[in-house]
Amino acid sequence: MRLYEWEAKQLLAERGVPVPQHRLVRNAKDASVGADDWDAAIVKAQVLHGGRMKAGLIEMTDGSDAVALAAKRLLACSDRDGAPVEALLVEQRLPVKQERFLGALYDPRARMPVLVYTPHGGIDVEDADASAIARVELDPRQPVPEFRIRAALRRAGVASRDLRAITAIAVTVARTLLELDATLVEVNPLAEVEGRGWVALDAHVELDGDALSRHRTLVERFGLAERGDGGRAPTAAEQAAKEVDALDHRGVAGRLVEFDGDIALIIGGGGASLTVFDAIRDAGGRPSNYCEVGGNPSVLKVKAFTQLLLEQLRPARIAVIMNVVSNTRADLVARGVIEACLATGRDPAETIAVYRVPGAWEDEARELLADYGIDALGREVGIDAASRRAVEVAAAGVAA
Amino acid sequence: MTPLLHSGTRLLVQGITGREAANFTRECLDYGTRVVAGVTPGKGGERVYGVRVFDTVEEAVAATQPDAALLSVPPLGVLDAALEAIDAGIPLLVVITERIPRRDVAAMLAAARAADVRVIGPNSLGAIVPGACKLGSIGGPAEDVRRAYSPGRVGVASRSGGMTTEIASMLTGAGIGQSACISVGGDTLIGTTLLDAYRLFLDDDATDAVVTFSEPGGSQEDELADFLEAQGGPPKPLVCFVAGRFVDEMPGTRFGHAGTMVEAGGSTARAKIERLSRAGARVLERLDDLPAAVAAAAGSTREEVA
Repeated sequence: MRLYEWEAKQLLAERGVPVPQHRLVRNAKDASVGADDWDAAIVKAQVLHGGRMKAGLIEMTDGSDAVALAAKRLLACSDRDGAPVEALLVEQRLPVKQERFLGALYDPRARMPVLVYTPHGGIDVEDADASAIARVELDPRQPVPEFRIRAALRRAGVASRDLRAITAIAVTVARTLLELDATLVEVNPLAEVEGRGWVALDAHVELDGDALSRHRTLVERFGLAERGDGGRAPTAAEQAAKEVDALDHRGVAGRLVEFDGDIALIIGGGGASLTVFDAIRDAGGRPSNYCEVGGNPSVLKVKAFTQLLLEQLRPARIAVIMNVVSNTRADLVARGVIEACLATGRDPAETIAVYRVPGAWEDEARELLADYGIDALGREVGIDAASRRAVEVAAAGVAA
Repeated sequence: MTPLLHSGTRLLVQGITGREAANFTRECLDYGTRVVAGVTPGKGGERVYGVRVFDTVEEAVAATQPDAALLSVPPLGVLDAALEAIDAGIPLLVVITERIPRRDVAAMLAAARAADVRVIGPNSLGAIVPGACKLGSIGGPAEDVRRAYSPGRVGVASRSGGMTTEIASMLTGAGIGQSACISVGGDTLIGTTLLDAYRLFLDDDATDAVVTFSEPGGSQEDELADFLEAQGGPPKPLVCFVAGRFVDEMPGTRFGHAGTMVEAGGSTARAKIERLSRAGARVLERLDDLPAAVAAAAGSTREEVA
């Protein structure tokens, strides 16, 4: 879960990391108040994604009139995903001598959090020379190893006169990752400022959504309970699917992502959903959605989910394709799908292009489907073959 | 698959009185797994499908000498439960629980490494040696497991629990049995990666060829490809499938498992396909081609041996 820049900076600043003088504003009028004391200001839209400079969501200004103008323009902008910009960070512009990169994150190869330093901050940090990179593993069972960080920074070429200041900030970045259960804490750039030493000009913190229950004060402080995962705002159908999935705690029938297509998919579990979606597209089909069904959802949930697909996405056909299920009962899935067809006044045999849910309670599912004129496919028909058949049936239906 | 798990494996289930854990305890017993004990603090003396429940791992170990532990406890309790099992000297942990804080996973894996303990998972459905034993809910009830899985000489390692069973079922349908199948877990940080599983199969005389199932995100496939390249190609035939090519077009959107997001440092499905192919693995275009590809790969090994 990504935090806004101002939140990330606040967390680092209260742990002793120097940040520029700043104000958080929510309207253009407030933006210019106080900026007069600074020679120049930078106005930054507070959005939950990177690449703001390239996206035109950051403006460099001189004087308070310019700040107000920039603020007015930025507050009329949308973020990358179309959500309106609601807050700006107005900061003093500082004379920068040089920039560095500092970050703490999890390295899946090492299966450990690591602290990373590179001597080139800024936008293209990925291009840094390997020998000048400092990388220190942060065993979460131990205190943050300050001496190792200091030694690694020295090996990476940090000058003696900068060593204490950069080490202190690096240690704070590392501790913040562990203390807050963050999955990423990044300061980029960390800048040397004329007359002020090292300052975090930008900061990026992502929290572990699975650890929020350990950080209730933080959740309350920034209102994180209401914050989404980023990305584009959910469509009406996606929102409705979340509510369907919350109907009861039995299994999953949701995680809907809407696409522009004509075959609705009821697919699962996670790995099979990815496989089926690719297979439908490879066969020339256009899925109207991605979803995940698994963990033995109730009939109620499958029915509500299928009904939602039929009513909101208005697909020509639906395809029900799952892997060989072991914990999900195939007959309950079948019952839910059939009931949804009937509830929306659609003939199950005309609506369901293919039905492939082999595994637990498969025979009962077959019997039920046969009653409605559907010939369910078994495990002898693979996921690709079932997907091709779905696309063929859908195309034939459209032609007829 | 010796020595990881075999018909003699003695299983301890931590969190055995939970609904899901009780369920797969029954499934494991039905399949023939020797479930020797369960642990739930405060429930010592109870029985779950005849299996004795202890209050602590220490007591369970003293009474029953388990050599594998299955963890199905609430997310915030996993780290402590894992440390308890490691401290008691149990050499194999299978972690079923998902949504564990990442810091706890890193701490658990670090403690396991230090004690030379193998961890499968978290967010795994378990592992199975067909015909001998299964650990966890993998494959479901014993009767369904027998339909999908069959004993043989092909190893399977999958980032998707459900697809582990689909793949085994495809192989079984084609008359190809499996030496062991491992649901490695759907998270970013896991104890036994696809590479670790491949190396286990390399050391296993009962395995002729290996199948892996991948999803976008993470660096496991790059790690596997690096290893293959360092070896000058796969030492045992390797057939790979990478699902989720469409996810590449939508960076930042979460599909499926937590580890599936194409985020910082993770590679796309297409990048994985390309790297594994270049490293000498047989990467399938379509999953339906799997049985034929595996038959060809396993056949070539047998001929070399002969």
